Amino acid sequence: MDFQTAVFYFFSTVLVLSALRVITARNPVHAALFLVLTFFTAGGIWMLLRAEFLAIALVMVYVGAVMVLFLFVVMMLDINLDRIREGFWSYLPVGAVIGLLMVIEMAIVLGGKYFGLEGMPAPADPGEGYSNTKELGRLLYTEYVYPFELASIVLLVAMIAAVALTLRKRTNVKVVDPAAQVAVKRDDRVRIVSMRAEKD
Amino acid sequence: MEAIIEPVAALFGPVWPLVWSLLKIIGIIAPLFLCVAYLTLAERKVIGYMQVRIGPNRVGPRGLLQPIADGVKLLLKEIIVPSGANKGLFIIGPVLALAPALAAWAVVPFSDGWVVGNVDAGLLFLLAVTSIEVYGVIIAAWASNSKYAFLGGMRAAAQMVSYEIAMGFALVCVLMISSSLNLTEIVAGQGRGQWAEWGFGFLSWNWLPLFPMFIVYLISGIAETNRAPFDVVEGESEIVAGHMVEYSGMAFALFFLGEYANMILISALTSILFLGGWLSPVGFLPDSFLWLVVKTSFILFLFLWFRATFPRFRYDHIMRLGWKVFIPLTLFWVVVVAIWVMSPLSIWK
Repeated sequence: MDFQTAVFYFFSTVLVLSALRVITARNPVHAALFLVLTFFTAGGIWMLLRAEFLAIALVMVYVGAVMVLFLFVVMMLDINLDRIREGFWSYLPVGAVIGLLMVIEMAIVLGGKYFGLEGMPAPADPGEGYSNTKELGRLLYTEYVYPFELASIVLLVAMIAAVALTLRKRTNVKVVDPAAQVAVKRDDRVRIVSMRAEKD
Repeated sequence: MEAIIEPVAALFGPVWPLVWSLLKIIGIIAPLFLCVAYLTLAERKVIGYMQVRIGPNRVGPRGLLQPIADGVKLLLKEIIVPSGANKGLFIIGPVLALAPALAAWAVVPFSDGWVVGNVDAGLLFLLAVTSIEVYGVIIAAWASNSKYAFLGGMRAAAQMVSYEIAMGFALVCVLMISSSLNLTEIVAGQGRGQWAEWGFGFLSWNWLPLFPMFIVYLISGIAETNRAPFDVVEGESEIVAGHMVEYSGMAFALFFLGEYANMILISALTSILFLGGWLSPVGFLPDSFLWLVVKTSFILFLFLWFRATFPRFRYDHIMRLGWKVFIPLTLFWVVVVAIWVMSPLSIWK
């Protein structure tokens, strides 16, 4: 077993174990942190495939942003284990059926003839001077430019929709306009009154 | 140099690359910790003089041994774990706060060829590493089981996620004009151009054509390291010390080390990305590692200067600056720079 294979098995072991802990950990915060570890090791495995852009994008987007906001919410939960376990048995049949369906679907996909080692051989070593980032950029902006633009428009629409959904116009809020605050002159606020000093 | 290294390399045989990398890592980390120690002294001295005080002057000549005394004191103190705390995460928190600040130095070049890992995607690596810095703070905040710590953690999460976006866009501008993600290439690119040929190297650095991005990066850097005036995360007047409330001894010191190591990292990165790294500002002086030291020290001085000058931002103003000012500005500037690079007026061809 060469060094690279050893590293791959190490990453895979960590990945599978931490993924298991995501669904078995009792504390939701621990589960979320194990999910962070899962993403991180997945990034490591992609790095082994010399897909450094995807690996780092995964860490940046999922670990650096999505999971931070996820933890943000999960940490504020009031964790009551008894309440969470309530109704476990009544939900079990539905959950089991869905789980079984997913296992069957995955078996069909993974066992199919298009997914075997013959259908998808390991990519050949691209050799020195190969830059995954450059290749990816070239493909995205030449061959796949229309699907790429379409995806970005869909994302933009989703983004604007999310903003529009949470936007509420309230009239009675006392919001200060920072620009107006900065532009304030002394004469707007202070009036100097000349008075005669009172003498007893 | 080669004559000394070869016999040692032969001694270690096949594990030599590993040993050599370890030695290089120690060669960076050990001076870094010394810099962190003396940055704390510099901060107290600089702010002291700005407030017409002397600052620490009792331990050693002119107070020069103060950081050593502080370090020894923190090492000898007991680490108290609160009874309601989540013990494992309580210990991991400070470690995670320090580790990314050290890991990022792997791709930072100190001079032409002086870098541990001269990787092609260096800038991407930096973005990824700085984005996981926030975990130390939020894990520590939650594990402490304290209201103040928790509030600090929530603030940290929101603030760091907001300013990372502006920082990322500023970096996109830099990589567009240098058309490389490798930090050594980015520095080399700043030494080319008309101004550099005329001997005014400092005018060909990225800060001039990307001036708004330079300012945005510098301010976002201060916000990312949670330094004053963006230090609402530990805002003493409101939430005591934020995520560090329950920490004592060395666990607290790790947060401290992390914060200062991050400051040095951001300053070094600002110097490399916008101020030409180790390039000499004028034609008649040679390029040298010392220029990077001078530039980094100057940015660090700015950090201390800002802390002594500005009052703490209100929380909603921080969010407004991040989302409503920096992000639209950087988005617009990305488009401007993209058009500039592709137009006949481009100065980076």
